[in-house]
Amino acid sequence: MTPDLMRAGAEARRHAEQRAQALQGGTSGGGRVASYSRLVHPGQLDVAHGAILYLDDITVSFDGFKALNALSLSISAGEMRCIIGPNGAGKTTMMDVITGKTRPDAGRCFFGSTIDLLRLRENEIASVGVGRKFQKPTVFEHLSVFENLELALKADRGVRASLFFRLSGAQLDRIGEMLVLIHLKEHAQRTAGMLSHGQKQWLEIGMLLMQNPKLLLLDEPVAGMTDEETERTAELFLSLEGSHSLVVVEHDMKFIHALTHGNPAKKVTVLHEGSVLAEGSLAEVQADEKVVEVYLGR
Amino acid sequence: MSAVLSMPAVAPGRSMLLGIRAWAGVTIALAVVAVVVPAANLLVPAGSAFHLSEYAVQLVAKIMCYAMCALAMDLIWGYTGILSLGHGVFFALGGYAMGMYLMRQIGSDGQYRMPMPDFMVFLNWKEFPWHWALSDSFVAQMALVVLAPGLLAFVFGFFAFRSRIKGVYFSIITQAMTYATMLLFFRNETGFGGNNGFTDFKRILGHPIATPSMRMLLFVITGCTLIAFFVMARAIVGSKFGRVLQAIRDAESRVMFTGYDPLRYKLAIWTLSAVMCGIAGALYVPQVGIINPSEMTPAASIEIAIWTAVGGRATLIGPIVGAFFVNGAKSWFTQVFPEFWLYFLGALFIAVTLFLPGGIVGLFRHPKVLALLRRSARREEGSAS
Repeated sequence: MTPDLMRAGAEARRHAEQRAQALQGGTSGGGRVASYSRLVHPGQLDVAHGAILYLDDITVSFDGFKALNALSLSISAGEMRCIIGPNGAGKTTMMDVITGKTRPDAGRCFFGSTIDLLRLRENEIASVGVGRKFQKPTVFEHLSVFENLELALKADRGVRASLFFRLSGAQLDRIGEMLVLIHLKEHAQRTAGMLSHGQKQWLEIGMLLMQNPKLLLLDEPVAGMTDEETERTAELFLSLEGSHSLVVVEHDMKFIHALTHGNPAKKVTVLHEGSVLAEGSLAEVQADEKVVEVYLGR
Repeated sequence: MSAVLSMPAVAPGRSMLLGIRAWAGVTIALAVVAVVVPAANLLVPAGSAFHLSEYAVQLVAKIMCYAMCALAMDLIWGYTGILSLGHGVFFALGGYAMGMYLMRQIGSDGQYRMPMPDFMVFLNWKEFPWHWALSDSFVAQMALVVLAPGLLAFVFGFFAFRSRIKGVYFSIITQAMTYATMLLFFRNETGFGGNNGFTDFKRILGHPIATPSMRMLLFVITGCTLIAFFVMARAIVGSKFGRVLQAIRDAESRVMFTGYDPLRYKLAIWTLSAVMCGIAGALYVPQVGIINPSEMTPAASIEIAIWTAVGGRATLIGPIVGAFFVNGAKSWFTQVFPEFWLYFLGALFIAVTLFLPGGIVGLFRHPKVLALLRRSARREEGSAS
């Protein structure tokens, strides 16, 4: 790059920044700024176009078997999307692709309109604001509940920062609030491995929330929970809707019902054989002939 | 919100690095190493019951070096869950770096009365190979004690961890590295004395090495280093860094999806662990008086893992106890029933794996044993009153 090119670039950037500053406050509408006056900041989530997650034509094959077959899906900012589908429909593989665990053979996967998730590693994807709950609850079994939350707390993830890390009062309060929210306050000092299955699920959800992610991917979050715990989980998720975007993969239709009944228009996506079979409100989807066929067999 | 505000403090007390009892233990250990042992060895006359023989001092010093390796192994295996079967190499590298300096200190007092080390004269070498360029400088060799194992571990670890090699596969390639390095050091052309290694040391920093007071000085330095390593390991394990390491051991994928890069954490503790072994090796060589490629045999590396497992993984005192227990047993067995030592070692390892997953230290933390101890303590109290 020649010096004059660099100078011209710096000039253009300064102009754009000035314009962005001048426009701030005046024209911003609900966090959305018209794109012509905006600089794209690398690594920062941009939901000006409404979508927080955008999957396009994703194909993943394992030894010739297509786990995902040209899957396209788009999740809006603040939306709660339930995803259902029979075993082997590709739900978990889809989450693997979004979180960087599996690289697709083809397709695009964007977080907001600027962050290409296929270029990032797992920990970077987590850092830009995608949180994931596994199907099987995974917590740090030998650490206490408190320490589990402390590790998940949003803070510098570097080695040196961790070596000299000290909890501030505000962070301590945040952990305390989370302990109350996930009903584990009495168990704060217990080793996480000693918790019941449902409590581990809650702890994992709490750890996700500690990271303050923009998008939560929840793989069968209520598996192994009692009815009461399931109900409380539904309440929790509903309270997150709007401020977070949620993708819930679940088999339990009662839970899906609990999540959607407040707003009958809420979208449910049905996956089958690695692509979207149907999309619409729960009632529509349940009435869909193709869906019935897939679930009941021919 | 009031429920949140009135919430009791939930953070565990971490204001002090160690508890009062642990600090007392560290102080006592320091006093024993730096005052009691030197006094018992140098001041108490040889006939007295309190005299500590030269042999005992040397044995304990040797075992303290081993204990450092076991502690290093515990950080990487016990806390991070990565079993290394290559720590013997790092130990030997530190030892060789120190050995090179000690060889140069011999000067012209070797068998051949030549200014070069005997093995070079024997091989008819006229000048020092390139890697001996700085061997005359104590400071440079001490830097090498840290850098050689550190660099090897860093490069090896970087590629292994980046390729996400885990579990038994990682153990196998560390074993392969050990074997390859051993073969390299067996060659005369490598310039490290081939299978004879380095021995016959005469001086260190110009002072004769075999005097009782020099031996005692090395003993005190070794003991203090071991205690310093223990306190350092305690600080690491007690920090958030240490908790991330344990988290990697328990659920590495969760660590990644929480936003941590396990590569950096593993690489940091792996390299530190290797450097600790290197320093242990450097302290070992002047006291034992020899370093040769047998320290790099795969079996030597496996033994480090055995000390750690026998003492108790994921406890810091465990590996030190294990190193003393196994090596103490070894020096007794090899005197009394030399041919049965290896059988005993194997049986010990199997017994610990089957019956004592927490090692010797874990035994004392077992609820049943704790109850038994408490009951006997109460009985003693009862009989005393």
